[in-house]
Amino acid sequence: MNKGPLIFLGVFLTLAFSWVGVVLTNQIQYGSLTPYYDQAEGKTFPDKPTGLASRGRLVYQDLGCLYCHSQQVRRPGFGADTERGWGARQSVARDYIYEPRVFLGTMRTGPDLRNIGARQLSSDWHYLHLYDPQLTSPGSIMPPFRFLYEYRRVVGERSPLAVKLPADYAKQHGLDRPGYELVPGPRAEALVAYLMSLKDTYEFPEARPYLPPKKGGGAK
Amino acid sequence: MASTPSLAASINPATLPDDVPRAELSAIDASTKWPVMLFLLSSLAWLLLGTVFALISSVKMHTPEFLGNYEWLTFGRARSAHLNAVIYGWSTNAAFAVAFWLMARLSRACLRHAGVLIAAACLWNLGVTIGIVGILAGDSTSIEWLEMPPYATPLLFVAYALVGAWAIITFRFRKAEHVYVSQWYLLAALFWFPWLYSIAQIMLIFEPARGTVQALVNWWFAHNVLGLWFTPIGLAAVYYFIPKVLGKPIHSYYLSALGFWSLAIFYNWAGVHHLIGGPVPAWVISAGIAASLMMVIPVVVTAVNHHLTMVGSFGALRYSPTLRFVVFGAVNYTLVSLTGSAMAIRSVNEITHFTHFTVGHAHQGMYAFFTMVMFGAIYYILPRLLLKEWPSAALIRTHFWCVAIGVTLYWVDLEIGGWIQGLQMNNPDLPFIEVVRNTIPYLFVRSAAGLLMTVGHLAFTVNVLWMLGARRPAGATAPTLFRPPPALQAAPVR
Repeated sequence: MNKGPLIFLGVFLTLAFSWVGVVLTNQIQYGSLTPYYDQAEGKTFPDKPTGLASRGRLVYQDLGCLYCHSQQVRRPGFGADTERGWGARQSVARDYIYEPRVFLGTMRTGPDLRNIGARQLSSDWHYLHLYDPQLTSPGSIMPPFRFLYEYRRVVGERSPLAVKLPADYAKQHGLDRPGYELVPGPRAEALVAYLMSLKDTYEFPEARPYLPPKKGGGAK
Repeated sequence: MASTPSLAASINPATLPDDVPRAELSAIDASTKWPVMLFLLSSLAWLLLGTVFALISSVKMHTPEFLGNYEWLTFGRARSAHLNAVIYGWSTNAAFAVAFWLMARLSRACLRHAGVLIAAACLWNLGVTIGIVGILAGDSTSIEWLEMPPYATPLLFVAYALVGAWAIITFRFRKAEHVYVSQWYLLAALFWFPWLYSIAQIMLIFEPARGTVQALVNWWFAHNVLGLWFTPIGLAAVYYFIPKVLGKPIHSYYLSALGFWSLAIFYNWAGVHHLIGGPVPAWVISAGIAASLMMVIPVVVTAVNHHLTMVGSFGALRYSPTLRFVVFGAVNYTLVSLTGSAMAIRSVNEITHFTHFTVGHAHQGMYAFFTMVMFGAIYYILPRLLLKEWPSAALIRTHFWCVAIGVTLYWVDLEIGGWIQGLQMNNPDLPFIEVVRNTIPYLFVRSAAGLLMTVGHLAFTVNVLWMLGARRPAGATAPTLFRPPPALQAAPVR
């Protein structure tokens, strides 16, 4: 192999091969996937994200949540995703079409969050959990996100979002001054709205689990 | 050799074959001095900074309250700062330095207009600095291996384009008739990376693809950074330094060619194995698994080729720091690649995916293989640029044992812990929090391993700084070895 141009050509073709195969072919195959119109419901799925949840997605992104939490449910029988209650069905490509950035993730230091919005319906729980994970999940190794909150003097009425800390925790951490409240900042509010929007609680034909045909049976 | 040749040397042509190439090599080394030094010293600075972020992230993993009030050091950011500092700061700067030095030497061509490369080095490091500050400030893209915000990445692209172009220009001025295997790898790597990087930037950040096509682009890029950028540079160095230190040719030209082309064909597709079970077309996952398994061919071929070159010379590992680091890296390349192929098998992936096993595996690849080879290369290159020897063999020994034991403990620990984590995660009867708790002892051991590696990095840094400050000796010097080899002990002092 003493010919520079020949080496170059080979090197070009090998990468071109995978670029066409992995990137371009898939872009052509499903790069313009459309939403699914559910006739029974009379609307299309997936749902479009709301404004506050979209802002929360950016908080999720800048804090790097995806390095410990995946957002994908694998099919029943491959891992224990559905048995653990992380989703009623497997995730499919169509679930992600409205997401400007897809956070599939590759790590589960913490649980999968694809359906956290369907699993944990209480925003109070989320506010406590993000403030100090030990409050809701003792023994967790999730970092606290206290910097998203504000401990401030109550002006006028108490905020409806004020975090409902357990009394002994508040006392222990000096958060029980009368006339003061712990409130989530705008970013915590957006983040919780985003987490609560994470739910694929609708059906797609392609998301039904594959059942092998019964022996001797006719149609599937 | 004395500076003025003796009368016998001037009239005896037999002295020429040794002296003339040596003088030529010395001129070539000198032409690469400033850019290579700049890349090497910046890589060292990033290595130290990357180590600091590594320790912070590692401690945070088992003790989440550690530095818990600082938003800019929250785990998601500190860990990304670590990754980008060691990938784009340490590893890529070291790769540039080694690639240029090798390319100039193997092409027997002096580096022209080194100023262009110095500008490229400044741009590159400026880009990495802006990128990491951006990540810590909250502008991370949260795309694995591409976290740097879009205001930093064009700088990196321009710097890289300059580096790539300059390497190809150096290659075009080659005087050597033969294109050595290391040069194939260098040329390929320098061409592949800008392609991967620009496509990934466009399809993920500037004009994002829809839905999970992004995930395919992401892993096509991220795995190929390993496979088509760091691996070829690492292998180019292994192919150069093992024969060079031993003074004998590589075992087989044909195995080298087979290893090169099979790597070029199969590594490309392997990245999809990061998405096994994910919401992407099943056919592309199957293709990725097949390619990952086919990687056994280049890996075994290359391992056999290196091993047969080493056979009969393993004793040299007792003396040469360069050889010991490089061979440690080469052995780990074989191990990590075979593990990687196994991890792509669906039934294994079902356990290892989403666990610390992958983290252990990644560190075996980027550290136990690539970083160790770069250390070995630097131990060879720096004395030839500075015309001084390493001041302390004891520090080299400390460096080797700390990082070799540290990284081995690191990946073995996380692979055992990750495997258990995977088995437990697949058992739905065990509450998730139990699975998390059971990983904590392994995370503590990881921090201990990290501390050991940090000691090694400090020993290396002290040795480099000491060398920079040392006075250049007059006359000939002998390389700093772990212990004097028997042959040299017997040889008369020149």
